[in-house]
Amino acid sequence: MIWAEKSYSGWGRVRRADGRLARPEKAAALPAIMAEADGTLAVIGGLRSYGDAALNAAGPGLVMTRLDRILAFDGETGLVDVEAGITIRTLVDVFAARGWMPAVVPGTGHATIGGAIANDVHGKNHHQAGSFGQYVDVLELLGPDGTARLVTPDTDPALFRATIGGVGLTGAIRAARLRLAPCPSTVMEVEERRMPDLDAFVEAFEASHHPFTVGWVDATARGADLGRGILEEADFASTPGKAKPAGRGPKIPVDAPGFLLSGPIVRLFNRAYYTRIPAAGRVRQRHLTRFLFPLDGLRDWNRLYGKRGFHQFQCVLPREATDSLGGLLEAVADAGLASPLAVLKKLGPGRAGMLSFPMEGWTLAVDFPNRARAAPLIARLEEMTLSAGGRIYLAKDALARPDAVAAMYPELPAFRAVLAECDPQARFQTDLARRLDLRGS
Amino acid sequence: MSACWVVLGASSAMARAFSRQAAARGHSLILAGRDTLDLARDAADAVARGAASAEVAVWDTRLPETHAALAALAAESSGPLGVAVFAGAMPEQAVMDDDPSLISGLISDSFSGLAETVHRLAPLIEARGGTVLGIGSVAGDRGRLGNYLYGAAKAAFHTYLAGLRNRLGRRGAHVVTVKPGFVDTAMTWGLPGLFLVAAPEDVARACWRAIDKKRNVIYAPWFWMIIMLIIRLVPERIFKRLKI
Repeated sequence: MIWAEKSYSGWGRVRRADGRLARPEKAAALPAIMAEADGTLAVIGGLRSYGDAALNAAGPGLVMTRLDRILAFDGETGLVDVEAGITIRTLVDVFAARGWMPAVVPGTGHATIGGAIANDVHGKNHHQAGSFGQYVDVLELLGPDGTARLVTPDTDPALFRATIGGVGLTGAIRAARLRLAPCPSTVMEVEERRMPDLDAFVEAFEASHHPFTVGWVDATARGADLGRGILEEADFASTPGKAKPAGRGPKIPVDAPGFLLSGPIVRLFNRAYYTRIPAAGRVRQRHLTRFLFPLDGLRDWNRLYGKRGFHQFQCVLPREATDSLGGLLEAVADAGLASPLAVLKKLGPGRAGMLSFPMEGWTLAVDFPNRARAAPLIARLEEMTLSAGGRIYLAKDALARPDAVAAMYPELPAFRAVLAECDPQARFQTDLARRLDLRGS
Repeated sequence: MSACWVVLGASSAMARAFSRQAAARGHSLILAGRDTLDLARDAADAVARGAASAEVAVWDTRLPETHAALAALAAESSGPLGVAVFAGAMPEQAVMDDDPSLISGLISDSFSGLAETVHRLAPLIEARGGTVLGIGSVAGDRGRLGNYLYGAAKAAFHTYLAGLRNRLGRRGAHVVTVKPGFVDTAMTWGLPGLFLVAAPEDVARACWRAIDKKRNVIYAPWFWMIIMLIIRLVPERIFKRLKI
């Protein structure tokens, strides 16, 4: 059958939608499906965005995951043409041993290339490499009538910049040409160091020269310990070592009970997680995939938050706003709601789309179990982000207000102008776009 | 040793996963099916993933001339010859109940067209060595109210593969029968009442394990062996009243 009635959700499992989904396995099926889908249409990838960026409660959805083929590869230049449903992990698996990999890799390998483009994702190398969209040369975009067009920065600069980071609203990305980056080794040398507080963290990030950096923050720590955590800095191993690639790992079979991530347990866990790194730090060799996709080893880990799901708050603050960063961490710690998953990272200026998330500065991501206090806390964090001149990440958001997002994304009017031209009937719609009024009413 | 694999019905999700694992092993591929434009994308994909080569062949269960052409193309390859049969159709039982003239088409798509093609390739396998992998179905293990016409075609295919195993085994070649349960493909997308649905990649992995270990008949995933054992053990006088 072409259409299936499905109940589906974002990765955080708070936002859900019920609707008809098509998941074509042949490229030729796409125009017919688009003609047959009545009303609005959401284009769906690996469903790794946390909120409602890929949901369409008001109409059908087009799942691209089975159109996932490598169409051409040039081993001299690293240019690769892929269908949009192929995952980041597949590209790493196929090409790393041959010396190539995606230039930008998000924290999960299950994201599709289409999703990586539509959210202009960043990775642990953003401060040096920039965002995913900066490595896209050509897009094949299906418009609202199902016809395909090739979009490049030269031929359609506005449509190209609207599609990258455009959360699926300019059309269905069917294929893309990517510039892969050299992958000198499948083994990474990872240095881990304790950061006793936020100042130490910021200083260490500023001093780091490694191509890959990421910080784990103990979001329950307060007072003198505020912002403490572990800084991971990595580079490709220069001496060939042996490290096992990340396997499929165990699977979380059921929704965990709510108390699993209660305050005292998280505090205990975080203390143990912090002190597991020796005070003098340590250096380990890890397989590329284990370093890049630390959580993919635990399949369906989002079930750890129980059936009510969770929110991830992610913002970026300008580089000079380190005081505001401390303020955010204080608010999180005071609320006592954080899970063990909290990440701090220095971003560079790289971004490729009108609605791209990155800006030069500091990005903080914290997971919160979906309890009654979560939404007010996130609203407060969002306000603090806005007043510090920062912005929140649409790929993670489930709660933000349209006016706040409009203030955070100065190119939103330009984005709306492109949509009015390429999709005047507002065919491509998502719950996120409606909630945040991204098309402009 | 690098072999040439002919994949019948190559654009199905299971076949695609199987071909990708063949490509990773460095085999060459002949991808056979009707939608050659789409198969060209699969061929490019296979080459990018390490296949020694990948060709596309027009092949239709109901067009015997395409069977002969495919055999001629396979004869040009060298080394052991593998034939993986993923083609098949599962029309709704109720539709065929209303229009029994559709049954002969079902038999072509899920049995006779496949047997004709494999039979033309069998002499090559006898001469060069190799493997036949045939996708059967748990539906072929027992006739059930919901889809016994499809089940009958699959049962015929099982019997064909068993006989072929007997024939090719004498020449050192091997035949694997794979009986998948529910697999998450376009064929089952949106069907109600499915359970324990397997990913096509998992079934493809099970296929390659069975080929490597020269297994004769496997269920994929393996636990269908237990489910079907129970279903086969139900006495007919009881079974005929069941609705499963």
